[in-house]
Amino acid sequence: MSDEIKIDKEINIKGEVCPYTFVKTKLALEAMKAGQVLKVIVDHLPATENVPRTLKSEGNEILEVSRINEGDWQIITRKGNR
Amino acid sequence: MFEFSEEAIKRYSRHILLPEVGGTGQQRINEARVLLVGAGGLGAPAAYYLAAAGVGTLGVVDGDTVELSNLQRQIIHSMADLGKNKGQSARETIEGLNTDVRVVTHQERLTSKNIFPILKDYDVVMDGTDNFPTRYLVNDACVLSGKPLSTGAVFRFHGQVMTIIPGEGPCYRCLFREPPPPGMTASCEEAGVLGVLPGMIGILQATEILKIILNEGSLLKGRLLSYEALEMEFRTIKVRRDPECPVCGDHPTIKELIDYEEFCRVNF
Repeated sequence: MSDEIKIDKEINIKGEVCPYTFVKTKLALEAMKAGQVLKVIVDHLPATENVPRTLKSEGNEILEVSRINEGDWQIITRKGNR
Repeated sequence: MFEFSEEAIKRYSRHILLPEVGGTGQQRINEARVLLVGAGGLGAPAAYYLAAAGVGTLGVVDGDTVELSNLQRQIIHSMADLGKNKGQSARETIEGLNTDVRVVTHQERLTSKNIFPILKDYDVVMDGTDNFPTRYLVNDACVLSGKPLSTGAVFRFHGQVMTIIPGEGPCYRCLFREPPPPGMTASCEEAGVLGVLPGMIGILQATEILKIILNEGSLLKGRLLSYEALEMEFRTIKVRRDPECPVCGDHPTIKELIDYEEFCRVNF
């Protein structure tokens, strides 16, 4: 699925744990325009639930959350209008 | 893109997480210039929290030195600071808390002569003064120069706070047109204060200052917040701009600053 999505920005925050996973995701999103797509690479399992949940509650769309290898996940989000 | 260091991201993470602050708001805080008039009961706790929040420049006007009787409430000073200028003492404490903050000390009393040159380098002003001449001087200078001002006062178990946005709401003179005449206010011996009270009021003022910087929420603009510690009651009282106000009214008569004579030095 991710092959079809145009990624505008990608951040690799492996090594970060909550809440910094969300803090860094948010900082990246804040510098982007509404409608643009951000890909976040994490290796902290709880972040794969926490980050999408908070992103959604702040008005962003979750396009994909998937495991990409042994220990890493990707979260793909489209920035909302808020 | 933001230029926060890894350390700044960690330090301010609880701000950045707030939707109303975020990286944009934190950057505004880091770039803000706040002038604190007095580093006493009100200014000490406000300075501490504003420094923790990362306010870029904190100006501290205070010509007094730290005395033992201050330590009951002025939490930015400690035993080692006795005899030091209060601005200097505040700066040293803040240096131990957050080196992102630049503290500028103005080790003098504000007068009609020096206030405008000092004010021009700041965006927001906090009045934490202990005397009426300075309180009226700061109000008038902020109105005349269009600077947002948080004003606060404490007495015994009672405190009050109001936020003055020139051109958008009432000023201190709309509430109390002239300083009280000498003899009408409590003598220095009568003016006790519960130590935590100025902490409460000073931190309410710091909250208003952060909201002004962030441009978020509802300010105490046209509302006087009154706090009674003994009853543990908060009330807000509506205050209207007085069209007859001598400084912010429709036909202002005060166009130059006034140096009122000092009548009692109550050391809050």
